[in-house]
Amino acid sequence: MQTKKEDYNVRQSNGYIIFYAALLTVVCGGLLAFASQALKPAQDANVELARKASILSTVMVLEEGANVNQIYDTRIREIVLDFNGNKVNKKASDVNIGAEYRKKPEERLLPVYEFLSATDSTKVENAVVPVFGFGLWNTISGYIALEADFNTIKGVNYAHVGETPGLGARISSNDIQDRYKGKKIFDGGELVSVVMQKGEGLDYSSDPHKVDGMSGATLTAKGVNNMLKEYFGCYEKYLNAAKSANQQASL
Amino acid sequence: MSEVAELVKEEKKAEPLFSKKNRKLISNPLDSDNPITVQVLGICSALAVTTQMVPALFMAGSLLFVTVFSNLFISLMRNTIPSRIRIIVQLAVVSLWVIMVDQLLKAYAYDVWKQLSVFVGLIITNCIVMGRLEAFAMGNKPWPSLLDGLGNGLGYGLILLLVAFFRELLGGGALFGFKVFEAIGIKYQGNGLMLLPAGACIIVGIIIWVQRSLNGYREAH
Repeated sequence: MQTKKEDYNVRQSNGYIIFYAALLTVVCGGLLAFASQALKPAQDANVELARKASILSTVMVLEEGANVNQIYDTRIREIVLDFNGNKVNKKASDVNIGAEYRKKPEERLLPVYEFLSATDSTKVENAVVPVFGFGLWNTISGYIALEADFNTIKGVNYAHVGETPGLGARISSNDIQDRYKGKKIFDGGELVSVVMQKGEGLDYSSDPHKVDGMSGATLTAKGVNNMLKEYFGCYEKYLNAAKSANQQASL
Repeated sequence: MSEVAELVKEEKKAEPLFSKKNRKLISNPLDSDNPITVQVLGICSALAVTTQMVPALFMAGSLLFVTVFSNLFISLMRNTIPSRIRIIVQLAVVSLWVIMVDQLLKAYAYDVWKQLSVFVGLIITNCIVMGRLEAFAMGNKPWPSLLDGLGNGLGYGLILLLVAFFRELLGGGALFGFKVFEAIGIKYQGNGLMLLPAGACIIVGIIIWVQRSLNGYREAH
């Protein structure tokens, strides 16, 4: 039988340490891989639910405990377009916005989430489009809901990965997002988007294309501005077509 | 000689699971040896996640889970761990449980996970966990180690919830999201200071003050 001292010495040998470290890595890694696989379905369901909730949050106020899946299924019609505004036979849930962002704008698949009227399921009340881009530190993304005139912003929902808390990260707060409500993206027939200004505390309520900035987060605001401009550009043909169809319908 | 050894063994075997000594392992960290207010460990997360009761509760639960299981497993492994890499081994075990908690929260409490994710990740470097492993689990048997983890996790959670109670109540006029002041018909304007980290500092300070005067603590000169 080994004495305690010998046992201790064995534990100090390089071979033992390397073996121990390797074994530990394999065991821990194996356990984590197993946990990750076992929990993946539940996690994916949560991510999907959060996506639906953020789309819906641009057009309506979601009560706590609301059945997001049910509302989404009855009120949202998903369509996927190409750059020219033609429908593509694909499911919007299969389109990865972040992956599409890496392609050239003309080659992107562009999902649109149409929010249907509660009473008339053929009438589109709002169109929600996804946006994606870069903030200061990492990617930012969001959903923009437009009124039936396909010009006025009904609501926005931004998310970010790594913007600075208290500064750029404020884009995901209601306070900032509410500033976009009622702004217009077209000036006559021309696409001008909505631009967040530098500096904070000014009143832009009379200007339909400007929103108040975030103090200390001008670079994140620039990222947001670029993101909006780029994606409204991608959707311009669809928006124009929808706008004129809408005008004819109302005549 | 061997007789004495056997006697000692017998005695140890006879020690009940919740002997006075073992009970102390749980009760001490709750008060006189509290990780936050006495050892002043884990302050970072105590300031960050205590604006509301719900995240504080989940954070406390997560840390409890991590301290208990890390302590238990390190204690089980303590006689095999090479002392030259013991800190890395401890870190590996702690991270294993932290990532487990993170994944579980992501699967079953997504909203809380979004709020807490950063801080759950930081449990890995939370001084309470490493401190207990190094100071206790490396030199004690599994059962007392588990109790020690439980005690320290509870001690941390107790302070966290206490701080969150005052911050949510005074800062937002609510508890667990339930508007307390509105319910009893008092108009309450939330105190913004309580929602800032400074508010947590003040409350932790007051808790330490109250605790010290209750325990008769005197600064050594």
